[in-house]
Amino acid sequence: MKLKQKSLGEIVFVGVCYLIIIFMCVVTLYPFMYLISASLSSATSVMKNEVFLFPKNFTWRAYQVVFQYKGIWTAYMNTIFYTVFGTILSLTLTILAAYPMSKKRWAWKKTMGLFVTFTMWFGGGMIPFYLTMRNLHLLDTRLGILLYPAISAFYIVIFRTHFESLPEALEESAKIEGANDFQILVRIIIPLSKPIMAAIALYYAIDRWNAYFWEMLLLTDDAKVPVQVLLQRIIINSQLGQDIAKALSPGEATIPNTIKYAAIMITTIPIIMIYPFLQKYFVSGALVGSVKE
Amino acid sequence: MKKTGRIKTELHKNKYLYLMFLPVFVWYILFAYVPMGGMIIAFQKFDIVKGMMNSKWLGFENFRTLFKDPYFFRLLKNTLSINVFGLIFGFPLPIILAIAFNEIRLKRFKKVTQTISYLPHFISSVVVMSMVIQFLSPDGGLVNGFLNLLGKESIYFLQIPKYFKTIFISTGIWQGTGFSAILYMAALAGIPKEQYEAATVDGAGKFKQMLYITLPNLAPTIVIMLLINLGSILNVGHERIILLYNPAIYETADVFNSYVYREGIMGRRYSYAQAVTLFQNLVGFFLVFSANKVTRKLDGTTLW
Repeated sequence: MKLKQKSLGEIVFVGVCYLIIIFMCVVTLYPFMYLISASLSSATSVMKNEVFLFPKNFTWRAYQVVFQYKGIWTAYMNTIFYTVFGTILSLTLTILAAYPMSKKRWAWKKTMGLFVTFTMWFGGGMIPFYLTMRNLHLLDTRLGILLYPAISAFYIVIFRTHFESLPEALEESAKIEGANDFQILVRIIIPLSKPIMAAIALYYAIDRWNAYFWEMLLLTDDAKVPVQVLLQRIIINSQLGQDIAKALSPGEATIPNTIKYAAIMITTIPIIMIYPFLQKYFVSGALVGSVKE
Repeated sequence: MKKTGRIKTELHKNKYLYLMFLPVFVWYILFAYVPMGGMIIAFQKFDIVKGMMNSKWLGFENFRTLFKDPYFFRLLKNTLSINVFGLIFGFPLPIILAIAFNEIRLKRFKKVTQTISYLPHFISSVVVMSMVIQFLSPDGGLVNGFLNLLGKESIYFLQIPKYFKTIFISTGIWQGTGFSAILYMAALAGIPKEQYEAATVDGAGKFKQMLYITLPNLAPTIVIMLLINLGSILNVGHERIILLYNPAIYETADVFNSYVYREGIMGRRYSYAQAVTLFQNLVGFFLVFSANKVTRKLDGTTLW
């Protein structure tokens, strides 16, 4: 009798756990579901609030309008440029930082470790950073956008821990054959670090794709602006985007909601598309990070 | 003589290490340490034409201005309440979610739902805030659509001050809960199975096990997360705020960081805005140091 009661309590407990998780999934996914459906519905159906779950009066019209607007292509190419070259730059610099920092024989190992990690806890803030960018003549330059977030101390620490975990013997044998540190790094260490490189590259790439604030602040030339900044203008700052409004809503006073939804979709779809496939790396990166914390 | 010899051999032996690190060193100097030095403009009347070296020194004048600023109390109140309410409502959720995930035995279900739970973390602030603005819009927005369906009038959510904090905090919870749960799941995975087995033998049910085994084991992680949060109690990220607020709701939406952006960058009051940042940082440091002292005494948990 007692045993049966206990198992009932257990069933209830586990059942509640399942309910919590299902609820969380519904809350997480519903906004995306609505976003997709609204972007594929007719403008009047959305305006009249007839769309709740599935598209109503299915049409690609909103996407056609957005893609006809040249500005979105420019912004998209800019984002791809910043993401690809920014990630390559970040990954290179991070590995170049972490490798020396993992070597016991390097006299500066400890000092430079502190030099790098100190910045995780302490920073000057927005104003001095802006003034520094200005002094370096990096305002409104693509170079500035590539450089300002180039290194994250956190990812250096992750790489360093990984490099320290590789056996010394690998390096010793290469040294005997006359290889220098640079050759060892490229030929031996990097091939052994592919999974962690993939995870960190993915994190850098996502940060780049999603970056908004400094791009908005530093770039004044529309030709250099990434897609996140353009989206913000389409959604929020309608008076700034007179030309945008004209291109996106011919003959109408305001940009129709469906077009805004389509613009949101276009901005985030690469992330949603790659997410299920690279999910393994997303989570492994997060786990390495959390263990470190 | 001997010392320079040693330096020479070190340089020779590790020359490639120095070469590798050089660009990193230069980057850190330019983009981290030079801005750190730039903090001193908080004590100046910084003139962008004259530069830092030739600007007038003011001592603590900017800080005095800050405490007399008519907006100071409003900024303090908004920043604190967003963080405190954010903690009250947001902090327990990742813990609950992690405990729930820990009970799931169906592998495939667990994997799929976990993947879903992290997704919002990887969506940009612009996209999330754009969705919020669109959903809450009075013309054709989803939320007002539901309200109309219930026979209620549309509400201009983002034009009325009293709604802002709820909207902002809920958005943060929606975006962050799944990802924050990872940390607790890692901690849960470290609890020895024997503890649960022993409790089962003693007749403790699932709920009791959670109270007496799971939660005490999570306590160090919880304390550390609270300490980290305490250090940024005067910080609410400017990016998400400026994406969502507008002048009509500054009363409840304006926080220190967004004020620094508006006054400092838009208004070019560089020195004054920097004094605000420095004030925030000092309070944060002070709180973390003192709280860390207390927790170390209590149960040995410490940040460093």
